[in-house]
Amino acid sequence: MRARQPVSTVFGLGLAVGVPVLFLLVFFLVPLLGMLWIGLAPNGQVDLVGFVDVLGRPRTHRIIGLTLAQAATATVIALLAGLPVAAVLHRRRFRGAGVLRALVFVPFVLPTVVVGVAFRTLFRPSGWLGWLGLDGTFAAIIAALVFFNIAVVVRTVGVRWESLDPRQAEAAASLGASPWRVWWTVTLPALAPAVWSAAAVVFLFCATAFGTVLVLGGLQFGTIETEIYTLTMDYLDLPAAAALSLLQLVLVVALLTVSARLRQRGERGVTTRAAAPKPRLGRGDAGLLAWSLLVVAALMLPLAALVVRSLETPHGWGLDYYVAFLGGSSAASAVLLSLSTAAQAAAIALVLGLGLALALSRPAVTARQLRWRDRLDRLVMLPLGVSAVTVGLGMLITLNRPPLDMRTTGILIPISQAIVALPLVLRVLLPVLRGIDPKLREAAASLGASPARVLLDVDLRLAARPIAAATVFALAVSLGEFGATSFLARPTDPTLPVLIYRLITRPGAENLGMALAGSVILAMLVLALTGLVERLRAGVAGAF
Amino acid sequence: MAIAAVLTGCASTAPVDPGATPEELVLITHGSFALGEDNEVLDRFTEQTGIAVTVLQADDAGALTNQLVLTKNAPLADVAFGVDTTFASRAVKAGVFAEHQVAAMGPDQERFQLPAGAGREVLAPITSGDVCINIDAEWYQSKGQTPPATLDDLIKPKYRGQLVASGASTSSPGLAFLLATIAAYGEDGWRDYWRALVANDIKVTAGWTDAYTVDFTRAGGDRPIVLSYGSSPAFDPATQNLDATCFRQVEYAGVIAGTKYPTAAGQLVDFLFSAEAQAAIPDSMYVFPTNTAVALPEGWAGVVSVAETAYELDPAVIDAKREAWIAEWSAIVIG
Repeated sequence: MRARQPVSTVFGLGLAVGVPVLFLLVFFLVPLLGMLWIGLAPNGQVDLVGFVDVLGRPRTHRIIGLTLAQAATATVIALLAGLPVAAVLHRRRFRGAGVLRALVFVPFVLPTVVVGVAFRTLFRPSGWLGWLGLDGTFAAIIAALVFFNIAVVVRTVGVRWESLDPRQAEAAASLGASPWRVWWTVTLPALAPAVWSAAAVVFLFCATAFGTVLVLGGLQFGTIETEIYTLTMDYLDLPAAAALSLLQLVLVVALLTVSARLRQRGERGVTTRAAAPKPRLGRGDAGLLAWSLLVVAALMLPLAALVVRSLETPHGWGLDYYVAFLGGSSAASAVLLSLSTAAQAAAIALVLGLGLALALSRPAVTARQLRWRDRLDRLVMLPLGVSAVTVGLGMLITLNRPPLDMRTTGILIPISQAIVALPLVLRVLLPVLRGIDPKLREAAASLGASPARVLLDVDLRLAARPIAAATVFALAVSLGEFGATSFLARPTDPTLPVLIYRLITRPGAENLGMALAGSVILAMLVLALTGLVERLRAGVAGAF
Repeated sequence: MAIAAVLTGCASTAPVDPGATPEELVLITHGSFALGEDNEVLDRFTEQTGIAVTVLQADDAGALTNQLVLTKNAPLADVAFGVDTTFASRAVKAGVFAEHQVAAMGPDQERFQLPAGAGREVLAPITSGDVCINIDAEWYQSKGQTPPATLDDLIKPKYRGQLVASGASTSSPGLAFLLATIAAYGEDGWRDYWRALVANDIKVTAGWTDAYTVDFTRAGGDRPIVLSYGSSPAFDPATQNLDATCFRQVEYAGVIAGTKYPTAAGQLVDFLFSAEAQAAIPDSMYVFPTNTAVALPEGWAGVVSVAETAYELDPAVIDAKREAWIAEWSAIVIG
């Protein structure tokens, strides 16, 4: 029989769960439902004629098929390409590992329109990869989706891998198991929760991809998301858009249910240990290292196309566009605004995500608790799979009364980014926290540590690396302008991606050059931030 | 009284004099809006009236229009600028705007104005831009070939594989180009024209950006004919505009119905048509002022101009047929 939990713990758990739930209710569920409501009941009464009509169209069926095919293909490839990279970059110590880890992360934050230009520069008939004939094909879309999402696989799985207790694998090896057998029977099952987490996130990102699909597919490939966008923005056909949003919601919930089952199967019996020095790169790692370098090189190819074009001026090679971009009145303030927005979004996502992760990683007592825990988990994941158009416009129509009328203040920007960052934070933290042996906490408690002390000494100490990784994700989501931000009305000062977008949508070589220079600067900013967070983390971990 | 307002926390119940001068007006517009460096031209308005202007930006003209329609009952702003020819009807029909006439608007603006009863009473034309076919003149010169000049030329075999344009279903210039062909060839002829374009190997991209910055020969691409804007040659002297291929796109400003300060909001709309604001439009927004008395900046005068014979369609017709046209266009072009 377990001891009754002290009041302060119950109160803490309530707060850790209640605040994120309230946050999602106000800024996600209410806007979503508000938008669905005016679509399904335009005159105040539910009218399902349009709904049935949309779901019966052959076009809708084709688009569902395309959405699932694109997302599934890209997810599988991102996993196959990314897992070996995680194995090397997160488990081995060598000169340059940190730089490579940061490089892998850069694509994640680049603006879609810039990546579109970069890929199409490679794929156009006269481009470096023009001979492949990929321009406007399904393969081109997949390539770009993998490019964006490989960071999710490498980070999510890599962080879990770092904190796995290596003794099981070592024991199996010492008993004569081949490296392949050790991987298959010990390591992979232990990693499974993180792999499924990454897969779910990548799948949802790909299934809701919008610009990438249009720019690289040359219009013939649509997704549910592009269809919702067209129906809403071009035709303002809200009933049809609501029908598709609802369909999207059902698919996402189904996917999350399946992925949660798969994830949970592996979450027992795997222990987390404190961050320990990683082994040096050995001879046995040659194959993995070669693969990783190949993947990194492939990721760098579109970036190289960007850098080359940003240096190509009408009068030869030069830094003219960088000088022009940085000399413009808005560049410095755009960088600062991007950073401060990112800090706000990351702060919201981390505070909410950490509380939620700690609450959800407590051992569940009853089956009922388990069920609620699953529901909560799915609620947090939901925003990744729901149309940003719907949520963004939903915010404008529902958050329109004081004290919630923040539509014109700009605060909705970091909030909608935090909504997307929150599930990533949770997915990174949960596998590690759930792997903590409860006996550690019990031992600490029996030695007289208060619940707060246990949290600090056990949970947070073991989670130092994942917290750093979650921070990087949250900052990146904001820097990359994820979420519903492009459907809100925003104050006129641009963030870096918005400034880049404004430049790239204007004619003239100068504007394009400056937009590309700005993108390279954004990439370097991400590299610097990733490096900084890793360094901080090393410092913090050392302090314990 | 003041205490009561504080206690109830509800200022909107107190009646406000519609002619009152507020401290601040909110202007909602699209992402391409600018009036001088950091919108400094708007400071002139503040100096003249004592009213500060806060600018909110939606993504593009379509997003702006939809936001206005959806927030009609609790508006985000007092004045909107940027609803264009293709979206004006949607906003006007939804009753987004309140009546306002710009006194300074004269007969010269006749051609930019909406039809009476269909928006003329509420929306004032502020900018005029043409969506036109541009060519890489240098490319044709170096090859010793004659460039195309008309829409008819674009389907001739000698220009096969040379045109890149953004799609009508995904981009605003793409829709304007489709509308130009509908205006040129009529309800009966445009489909055949587009079939001929497809047969002549037109490349259709998602957005203007990747057509102009990837596929156009001036950007290192393979196609010397591109769908762009009438003003683009001002930024690349090696390119030329085909005046006979243009579709006129006018952007309007209006007072948002439901503003607490209709008089002040009307002043801001008037200001957008004033010589001061109009003179800043070309360099800030890359389109032409509707106030034709205003001189064009250096680099524009003599290089580009508002096409005399741009194609036009009634916004109400566009609004009614947009969805059907785009669906048919998609079937022809994308298959």
